[in-house]
Amino acid sequence: MSSVDYTQELSVVEGKQALRELDDLIAKPLETKPDKKFYIALSITLSMLSLLVIGLGLTFYYGIGMWGNNNPVGWAFDIVNFVFWVGIGHAGTLISAILFLFRQKWRTGIARFAEGMTIFAVMTAGLFPLIHVGRPWLAGYLFPYPNQHSLWVNFTSPLLWDVFAVSTYFIVSLIFWYVGLIPDLATLREKTNHKLKKIIYSIFSLGWRFSNRHWQNYEMVYLILAGFATPLVLSVHTIVSFDFAVSIIPGWHTTIFPPYFVAGAVFSGFAMVQNVLVIVRKIFNYEHIITIDTLEKMNKIMLLTGSLVGYAYAMEFFIAWYSGVEAELFAFLNRALGPYAWAYWIMIICNVVSPQLFWSKKIRRTIPVMFVIAIFVNIGMWFERFVIIVTSLSRDFLPSSWAYYTPTLVDGMILIGSFGFFFTWILLFTKALPVVSMAEVKAVVDGAQPSHKDN
Amino acid sequence: MSKKVLYSYTGIFDTPDEVTHAAEKAVEHGYTKYDVNTPYPLHGMNKAMNLPPSKLGYVALAVGLSGALGALLSLWWVSAVDYPINVGGKPFFSFPAYIPVIFEVTVLSASIATVLAMLFFFFKFPNNAHPLHATDYMKKVSSDKYGISIQAEDPKFDESSVKNFLESIRAKEINAVYWDEEETAHNHKILEPKFLTFLFVVAVLISGTTYFTLNKLMNMLPFNWMMEQSKQSAQQKSLVFEDGFGMRQPVNGTIARGFLPYEFKGKPDLAGEKLVNPILVSKESLKLGQAKYDIYCSPCHGYHAEGDSRLRGQFPNPPSLHSEKVRTWGDGRIFAVITEGQNIMPSHSTQLTVDERWAVINYIRALQRALNAKESDLK
Repeated sequence: MSSVDYTQELSVVEGKQALRELDDLIAKPLETKPDKKFYIALSITLSMLSLLVIGLGLTFYYGIGMWGNNNPVGWAFDIVNFVFWVGIGHAGTLISAILFLFRQKWRTGIARFAEGMTIFAVMTAGLFPLIHVGRPWLAGYLFPYPNQHSLWVNFTSPLLWDVFAVSTYFIVSLIFWYVGLIPDLATLREKTNHKLKKIIYSIFSLGWRFSNRHWQNYEMVYLILAGFATPLVLSVHTIVSFDFAVSIIPGWHTTIFPPYFVAGAVFSGFAMVQNVLVIVRKIFNYEHIITIDTLEKMNKIMLLTGSLVGYAYAMEFFIAWYSGVEAELFAFLNRALGPYAWAYWIMIICNVVSPQLFWSKKIRRTIPVMFVIAIFVNIGMWFERFVIIVTSLSRDFLPSSWAYYTPTLVDGMILIGSFGFFFTWILLFTKALPVVSMAEVKAVVDGAQPSHKDN
Repeated sequence: MSKKVLYSYTGIFDTPDEVTHAAEKAVEHGYTKYDVNTPYPLHGMNKAMNLPPSKLGYVALAVGLSGALGALLSLWWVSAVDYPINVGGKPFFSFPAYIPVIFEVTVLSASIATVLAMLFFFFKFPNNAHPLHATDYMKKVSSDKYGISIQAEDPKFDESSVKNFLESIRAKEINAVYWDEEETAHNHKILEPKFLTFLFVVAVLISGTTYFTLNKLMNMLPFNWMMEQSKQSAQQKSLVFEDGFGMRQPVNGTIARGFLPYEFKGKPDLAGEKLVNPILVSKESLKLGQAKYDIYCSPCHGYHAEGDSRLRGQFPNPPSLHSEKVRTWGDGRIFAVITEGQNIMPSHSTQLTVDERWAVINYIRALQRALNAKESDLK
């Protein structure tokens, strides 16, 4: 018999930490000089980033013809990467907003980091629509502003909704992140002896003084922002899925897309957060803040969303057959058995089969295994977008225009480079700002809240 | 020392229970200008301090609703009034398609407004000059201690009684906090030269970069590639072709559509014999013939081909087309006259295409027959 007492909430932070020790631990990466390992990691990500710079340089100089995109596959790696990175961002908002509304205390240890990842992932994603239009310096026309051409954008286009959704998502995530950072920046301001750092922290903490009259409004704002961010995060990937679902291409024209995309986004986002946190907690010794219990809960969410995604794959097939539309049925059979069957089965194995291992408690709590599974999930989710976009476009209604898409070297450089861009930001973040929210973690330590007993 | 202005008395506690109790006591004691400083929000502290609920929800509601309404109105104005785009015949005002944008605008405006309202109106931030800053008290409550601060502006404030009160609730490290002398002595003026210089520099920088971006940068490589295309323009010297002409000549013997060369130049009678009208009389061809006749022929020959135009009375008078001569001419003979001209009448070969000339001839025949109807036409 297990002797878990369900009447008591499990502590989120292991051991009874002194609050000041927590501060010291979280602030340590900011107060010490980066070590050798950091520079090695940074040089790797910067080399990857330079691939992006070269790839984009070639693209801008010679044009988009450097990519494998061609008729009929006009959307390929560019849009695959966009959807992939936007999806990665969703876990951050889910952790910071939705789990906040559900009062899941275990989120405190990972929320700041996940929010940071959201911002960097959306930044990475934002690169792709810009370069995809071919002339990124003209991207300003995507926004409706009164201009001398007296032209307006088409508000009934999903691509325009996308512009609004992704830019709103980025701004609201940034605000949410910054609001969460203000008390921590104030703590750091009081903690540091460095003159320049003190000035920077003072400017960005805006003179926060931990007043309870402020905390009261602050908590209200946090609640309101969480309330807004929750439907927002659902809307973002819904609208991204509209880019496909509103068209009539077989394989895209389905109503299951919005929930299916959102589940997939949370799935891949959690996999990425888990991957990075496994490394972060080891390097910065945060094992008792980002506990194995927290990781286990993340794995459970991956199991849930992975199963949802698997259900959606099956349902797509069923509806394709049940609808009686020949083109739809062909599109799905072509995915599983056609020239891109290799991509389809990579997707199925990584996304549907591998997370099922999380049914075992032992696997959920074994770090190397869960790390590998999460990597598989990320690979699988990238291939999911590839399968959806490329197979549908390469064989649509007109057999005479069918073609096989092959990516070019520049496509690969931009894909690898986008990872370099993302991880460079992550590395700089770990040394520039507290990756765990001090105020939130301190508030959930055992004994941190009043017992409300008469003394 | 006496010049120092007192801001508050502060006390420190080690546990959240103690500070909650202290807040309750402060309320009991009737203090209103006091504050509790804790490194993180304490549950139940709002109740202990007897604070009214936060009003920020109203800001979010008001701004969110006006954002939604504003977005709806501007979408309607843009898509249905100012710049209607026909998308597959759907209505210009298509509300379902506006929902995503309205939703995003609502969330964006409400989030930004609520946070800005909190920071700049409710908290009056940035405020790094507050007397509590740079004190030992702030150092402690920012990390692991809990503090209470009773301000001098409280109506019940009295140095000794406050000290006694803090001691009675077992506060540690009871200290007085003073306003910073430099801060209070310093008179902030808007028209300070330093500030004005700063404004000036900012203005120059912003307007300069805007001007540079819009008027210079956008015309620099690589931003003007649309204008710098490597293509051959008309009248440009070509480096590709041997003759140096950018524009190419057609292949020898090429004839453009509708421009068959005229074989009977100077031989109108032969044309009358050989040429056959290829256009059958039909409503369309008569309509075309009438239109062209009215434009090109009627100024001289008149609308009814009687030579009764406004040019009558000049020399020579435009002839009637109802004469015996013209009525007996073949269609080809009239074609020759239209194509080459006759006497004072110029050639109309550049105004009328071949088909149009034949259509005009058909119309002339109709006009002639109207004045000289046969017996059979009356039946």
